[in-house]
Amino acid sequence: MRLTLNVWRQKGKDDAGGFVKYDVPDVSEHMSFLEMLDVLNQRLILKGEAPVAFDHDCREGICGMCGFMINGQAHGPLRGTTVCQLHMRHYKDGDELWLEPWRAAAFPVVRDLAVDRSAFDKIVAAGGYVSVSTGSAPDGNAIPVPKEIADRAMDAAACIGCGACVASCPNASASLFTGAKIAHLGFLPQGQPERERRALAMVAQMDLEQFGGCTLFGECQDACPKGISIDVIARMNRDYWLSALFSAPPSAGAAASG
Amino acid sequence: MQLDAKIPEGPIEKKWDSHRFHLKLVNPANKRKYTVLVVGTGLAGGSAAATLAELGYNVKSFCIQDSPRRAHSIAAQGGINAAKNYQNDGDSIYRLFYDTVKGGDYRAREANVYRLAQISVNIIDQCVAQGVPFAREYGGALANRSFGGAQVSRTFYARGQTGQQLLLGAYQALERQVQAGKVKMYPRTEMLDLVLIDGKARGIVTRNLVTGKMETHVGDAVVLATGGYGNTFFLSTNAKGSNATAIWRAHKRGALFANPCFTQIHPTCIPVSGDYQSKLTLMSESLRNDGRIWVPKKKGDTRSPDKIPDGERDYYLERRYPSFGNLVPRDVASRAAKAACDEGRGVGPSGLGVYLDFGDAIKRLGQRAIAERYGNLFDMYERITGDDPYKVPMRIYPAIHYTMGGLWVDYNLMSTIPGMYVLGEANFSDHGANRLGASALMQGLADGYFIIPYTIGDYLATTKLAKVEADHAAVKDAEKGVKARLDKLLAAKGSRTVDSFHRELGKLMWESCGMARNKKGLEENLSAIPALKEQFWKDVRVGGAGEEFNNELEKAGRVADYFELAELMCRDALHREESCGGHFREEHQTPDGEARRDDENFAYAAAWEWKGEGEKPELHKEPLQFNEVHLTQRSYK
Repeated sequence: MRLTLNVWRQKGKDDAGGFVKYDVPDVSEHMSFLEMLDVLNQRLILKGEAPVAFDHDCREGICGMCGFMINGQAHGPLRGTTVCQLHMRHYKDGDELWLEPWRAAAFPVVRDLAVDRSAFDKIVAAGGYVSVSTGSAPDGNAIPVPKEIADRAMDAAACIGCGACVASCPNASASLFTGAKIAHLGFLPQGQPERERRALAMVAQMDLEQFGGCTLFGECQDACPKGISIDVIARMNRDYWLSALFSAPPSAGAAASG
Repeated sequence: MQLDAKIPEGPIEKKWDSHRFHLKLVNPANKRKYTVLVVGTGLAGGSAAATLAELGYNVKSFCIQDSPRRAHSIAAQGGINAAKNYQNDGDSIYRLFYDTVKGGDYRAREANVYRLAQISVNIIDQCVAQGVPFAREYGGALANRSFGGAQVSRTFYARGQTGQQLLLGAYQALERQVQAGKVKMYPRTEMLDLVLIDGKARGIVTRNLVTGKMETHVGDAVVLATGGYGNTFFLSTNAKGSNATAIWRAHKRGALFANPCFTQIHPTCIPVSGDYQSKLTLMSESLRNDGRIWVPKKKGDTRSPDKIPDGERDYYLERRYPSFGNLVPRDVASRAAKAACDEGRGVGPSGLGVYLDFGDAIKRLGQRAIAERYGNLFDMYERITGDDPYKVPMRIYPAIHYTMGGLWVDYNLMSTIPGMYVLGEANFSDHGANRLGASALMQGLADGYFIIPYTIGDYLATTKLAKVEADHAAVKDAEKGVKARLDKLLAAKGSRTVDSFHRELGKLMWESCGMARNKKGLEENLSAIPALKEQFWKDVRVGGAGEEFNNELEKAGRVADYFELAELMCRDALHREESCGGHFREEHQTPDGEARRDDENFAYAAAWEWKGEGEKPELHKEPLQFNEVHLTQRSYK
């Protein structure tokens, strides 16, 4: 099939950027979307042009490195699928596609379709863990966890940190990402001692990184390739407000001193 | 060079304890005076960086991805082994040790493997305490499953995403130390050389992958945890970015490379669909528990599978291995698939595929039960191929998956370069010639959480380390070399892309140094690969500039290393005149086509020393002694 691609090209975060049109005349339906871009890039290189930059690594839908907008949808049209696992059989001859990077103040463009998501790491660093240094753990079975609880924790823990939730949110909120980690650890007995300060610290960091607030549009859960439910945001809000109302605020860096 | 594995004295179950007692300690107040450079943030590197920082060392952590959470450990599906014996089914540290040495076809070091089995139980405890959501029974206890042909249930898992959850546990521990100011994180940063001063590893030269700027980081010790070299083959189940550059540059600086020909091929991957194929996707081998593998009996039978009656199908694993059937180990299943396809009985458009058929299992158990067990894998298969495996059999073919070889390390995980440690898949230490399922995660975390934190202290406490300035001659020299190499790649301005060379190299390796090897093919490769390498340096087209975001330049540097590593792999495969584990030499097989080991002549780790560009590497042997495990020929008949 023959496709027309309009790809966002931007040299760096301070460059204005703009769409450039490419004709890809020989797309096989068995290719993945990224393989289609590989083919385009090989041609660009031989023509002496700069290849389209995009982030990717495992190409199995688990590392969370890939992701961009296709016709306004994060990771493209297929639900529960990262762009590396999206195959061209979902398109037809003559389609015209618009490829853009995640757009959010907190995710500056690195180049073309690649963005800087280090703000996510900072949210985790603020408190997205159980403070247990190596060697201090009790026996694994000393902490029983009911199966239903472990399953719900796992549902939230499945987040791959790709950023599709932020990109599809009209407010560019990171609430699904942050809520997923707060819910994962908040479900488990291991996560209880730090539950309050975790919510306070992670939410504060999320605001610092210039993510927008959540107004429950719900676009994030539709875009999430791992099907994480917006319920995690409710849990985050509950933990946050209970902590904000009933506990003393953590002193600066308290979450880190572990 | 005399290889000293530094295996502690004493009975095997006491070695690690007594070694830990004898290791010198660094005073808590002095730990903050030391800086350790940790390259790679997978299970091994992430856990090492976090733990060293917890102890008080200053850590600089480097990864090529945009975040330390993305390392390829994340893609491991099946699980992690531990000798907990929670199932009361007869497991023990000794049994896990024994299974691992035997599974590795008797080419691993006993003392290391025993320690790995000992530590396995601590790993589970640590990960549970971190909040890793392992699968649970209704009563709240940890669930286990059996895996990879083991006769006990010792595999812990978190759905089909065990690697992801363990990695996120290590990543979160790492981020906690970033927040505490003990770890400085360098994402999108690639190590391009090792700096040696007074013969010791004291720094690394890196390139910032966003700006292209080079930088040298100095420290008191260097830890490489950069994964395996499966991408030498171009097509593998590794992530696209996985590469061997860090270990290869260290090899060229003096670290011996052990058993490079020990590569693992996974039998159940989705076949190649076209020449644009960028990587291969693994389907968990748990599928073989219920799927039956077959090809048509007749050559060139192009009927659709449902039109081929049972009597005209060859369930070749069940036929050749009646007692293990479809559950034979990875290497055996892979070779049998290749044999069927070589006979012209392969299926699918390329003829390189075999059927994995769930028809009988669905009839027996119902579609719902199969969906419960394998639903996510079936969905993934359908997403990639467009076929519904509930209706038509899956098509699978083997693919490169893991590399058992790697930089040689002693019992302390130190390479032959003082002060440089190698962890996880990047080293050669624990899996011999074949790795068992669910053992890679175990080794990565054992090395990072529980071994390096002790052994590195002994080195730092007993070694005099002069202060190194950033403008030291050795630093300048290494930087100059790195820059010259990048400039040379950019200057070629040839007519072929990096990928086209890499694909060609991969094809040579897959054909002659893949599932089955012979003298003729390996010798041909030993002349074809250097020729291709020469052409690469003349005719590669990279484009762009050095000091900018330049993915092609990154790839070019890695592919340049693969040529040299591929040559060493072929040389090692040629010298090892036996078949063992993942290394199958066609000249060395039993009359019925099984691998034949030669313990008399090859019970050693082959450690190769780089002798310079265009020079033959020198082979050093570390003899393997088996005091505990009884050497037998593996049989799955």
